[in-house]
Amino acid sequence: MPDAPSHYHPPPVAIHPPGHGPTPHHPWLQHHFDSMEQQAEASTLGMWVFLVTEIMFFGGLFMAYLVYRHASPTGFQEASHHLNIYWGAANTAILIVSSLTMALAVRAAQTSQPPRTQVFWLGSTIFFGLCFLGIKGIEYHDKFKDHIVPGPNFQWEGLYPKPAEQFYSLYFAMTGLHALHMIIGVGIMSVILVMAHKKIFDRDYYTPVEVAGLYWHFVDIVWIFLFPLLYLIGRHYHAG
Amino acid sequence: MVSAPPTLNYLNNGYGLKSWLLTKDHKRIALLYLLSITFFFFLGGFFALMIRLELLTPAADLVQPDTYNKLFTMHGVVMVFFFLIPSIPAVLGNFLIPIMIGAKDLAFPRINLASWYIYVLGGLFTIVAAITGGVDTGWTFYAPYSTSASNSHVITAGLGVFITGFSSILTGLNFIVTVHRMRAPGMTWFRLPLFVWAHYATSLIMILGTPVIAITVLLVAVERAFHLGIFDPALGGDPVLFQHLFWFYSHPAVYIMILPAMGVVAELVQAFSRKNIFGYTFVAFSSLAIAIIGFLVWGHHLFVSGQSTYAGLIFSILSFFVAIPSAVKVFNWTATIYKGSVSWDSPMLYAIGFIGLFTIGGLTGLFLATLGMDIHLHDTYFIIAHFHYVMVGGAIFGYLGGLHYWWPKITGRMYPEGWAKFAALNVFVGFNLTFFPQFIVGYLGMPRRYAMYAPEFQVYNVLSTAGATILGVGYLIPMVYFLWSLKHAPLAGDNPWGARGLEWEIPSPPPTENFPATPIVTEATHQYAPSREVGIA
Amino acid sequence: MSGHVAPKSMYYAVFAALIVGTALTVAVAFIDLGAMNNVLMLGIAMTKAMLVILFFMHVRWSSRLTWVVVASGFFWLLILFSLTMSDYLSRGWVEGTWR
Repeated sequence: MPDAPSHYHPPPVAIHPPGHGPTPHHPWLQHHFDSMEQQAEASTLGMWVFLVTEIMFFGGLFMAYLVYRHASPTGFQEASHHLNIYWGAANTAILIVSSLTMALAVRAAQTSQPPRTQVFWLGSTIFFGLCFLGIKGIEYHDKFKDHIVPGPNFQWEGLYPKPAEQFYSLYFAMTGLHALHMIIGVGIMSVILVMAHKKIFDRDYYTPVEVAGLYWHFVDIVWIFLFPLLYLIGRHYHAG
Repeated sequence: MVSAPPTLNYLNNGYGLKSWLLTKDHKRIALLYLLSITFFFFLGGFFALMIRLELLTPAADLVQPDTYNKLFTMHGVVMVFFFLIPSIPAVLGNFLIPIMIGAKDLAFPRINLASWYIYVLGGLFTIVAAITGGVDTGWTFYAPYSTSASNSHVITAGLGVFITGFSSILTGLNFIVTVHRMRAPGMTWFRLPLFVWAHYATSLIMILGTPVIAITVLLVAVERAFHLGIFDPALGGDPVLFQHLFWFYSHPAVYIMILPAMGVVAELVQAFSRKNIFGYTFVAFSSLAIAIIGFLVWGHHLFVSGQSTYAGLIFSILSFFVAIPSAVKVFNWTATIYKGSVSWDSPMLYAIGFIGLFTIGGLTGLFLATLGMDIHLHDTYFIIAHFHYVMVGGAIFGYLGGLHYWWPKITGRMYPEGWAKFAALNVFVGFNLTFFPQFIVGYLGMPRRYAMYAPEFQVYNVLSTAGATILGVGYLIPMVYFLWSLKHAPLAGDNPWGARGLEWEIPSPPPTENFPATPIVTEATHQYAPSREVGIA
Repeated sequence: MSGHVAPKSMYYAVFAALIVGTALTVAVAFIDLGAMNNVLMLGIAMTKAMLVILFFMHVRWSSRLTWVVVASGFFWLLILFSLTMSDYLSRGWVEGTWR
């Protein structure tokens, strides 16, 4: 239902000091662009290209995972069983909810919803992101307690200790890098939330929300792959 | 023909450090890069000088072997990551791409400035690593030496490379979005200058490859810091995995280094033969082909590493394929010059030098792609000669040629042509004397990365060092006359070469916004009339 | 400046599909299906990713350029995975060597 609600106002216009610029334009149009359309297209393309670099960045870790799991499949299986599948599944669900609220936040800006609606959806996204990080914190704390943090203090009581240490090196590297991206995402969302609160976004200009949303969804997609690869290896089988 | 410079241009539009350090103008950012890249070039050159001095005699008598290891490592790290990869894109690409497509600036000017600061930060890390004792792993950081055994500043240098990688990524991102979204009306893809095609292809490699070396170098640093066993076999790791991940980027990286130079050469042979490029479409697509196929060949660096024979076979045949688009370019440049109205100005000397030297370098690459030959030649001076022929005879010649060609546009001044020709000759003679003997001595068995060698190799090493001295002088001369030209050379005018292209239709130096109004493009901007049409025999 | 506006119901439908997919992948992990476990797990993950990309990230209504950019990213990952694994999977294929 995309019709403009009654509280929609056309955007203010940038007034230039004398001799500065030719025509009045949207206040958020940067001067090297010819139109808001071009600016929006360039910004979204830019974020997509950046996400491709992120695919390759995480990809290196997934490559290492592939090689080591191929080398010791049973070892990885054993190591994976020590992860708490309930925390993992809960985190997966939490991130999916946060993706929903993010998509609705973009839609709210895109359809010129009032700032409080935009802030609600953005705030919800931040909230669920923080929940995710909280659970990750609990999981990391448990690993420290159980001495399965790789390094000199690693103690593995089950079978296949060497592959287990490899697995947990990759676990910390992959989920750690992912968590770092979540933290950055929460930071970005906070900035967007403040901007939304200041009535900056509407159907004529919502690019920052859209672009931030793309980033957030990407971080969700990484977790969609991390969860089964780390938490769900051969759960039907338990060795001795 | 000299006209007065415009009263307001990008150089005098705002004075003071802040107006330069906080600029969003792609042209000023290009100059910021020019300064830092020149600094790193001479830093890398200093390390090269020390290497060549040590190799004058067979014994390790000038420096300790451990120190020698640090010298060749720092030479490689600085030259590859801080000079060759950024040079043409960050200086010439930044300056010219918006102008060539008819735009006011790149798509993301602030990200452009950020990329320079990130580059400088990464460079600082590397300088700190050098000053506090250096790194001795080789620029390739092979595990497990880099992760466990080395006592040198691997983490600092690795972080320097990691940080600078983001500068490269942001540059590539900017170029891709700019070429897709900022072209002037009528500037279709097939009216673009080949310089732009080359940089677009380069940007694809930057985007797709750099993140992989970023994560790899980060893993090395983490493994070293926390004693993990990702790559160290003693701790259950796989050192060949390091090599796969490292070379997945570092092979395409060499195409990052050469493609922009090829773009420069395409412009130079057209301008100085006064003729359109032969086979524009083929040359444009060959840039893309090099970028794409270049990602499929990295295993040729792993032939003797323990990689499987069958994988070696696949990588070997793919490495033969990657030579084809490069050959297409060489044929087409040559066909462009054929029956053209050729003028032998200094940029053209560099272009011709490129064509010959890159061909030699490229052909020797085919020897190395041959599995059996590589067993014998791997880790010898043959490899060093091969990659210096393409990196110096190719990329650096392209950089110098482009710098000379566009210097009058960038500064508004024309450098002294006589000195430029003399320097070009110096560089050409010096370069060949330095590196041709290395093919021979490598084939005869002299290994690379050793401070000492068998006495029968000395005569080649002496020739090589003599050549390096001449080469060094050849590099210094342009420094002098370029600087001199800024104040004392005659004004160049808008188009001193009589060349075609949007950049030659605006003043030298250009105004900040490049064009008074967005140009409307109605035909390819680099059209030269064929020589017979203007009555030139 | 316009983009495609999707109805809220679409977002809720995709959300439901993602939650179902998650539940499914957890359930299947506890059943022994041999090699199919990995296939199913990856298949479900890829389907979820596609849903997020096409609908939440609006690629369904984006330009062909966006499609190409997204596809290239995953394709390049495939190049890294397949050529590297071609080494590891063919080790020991030459008689009498580890190579």
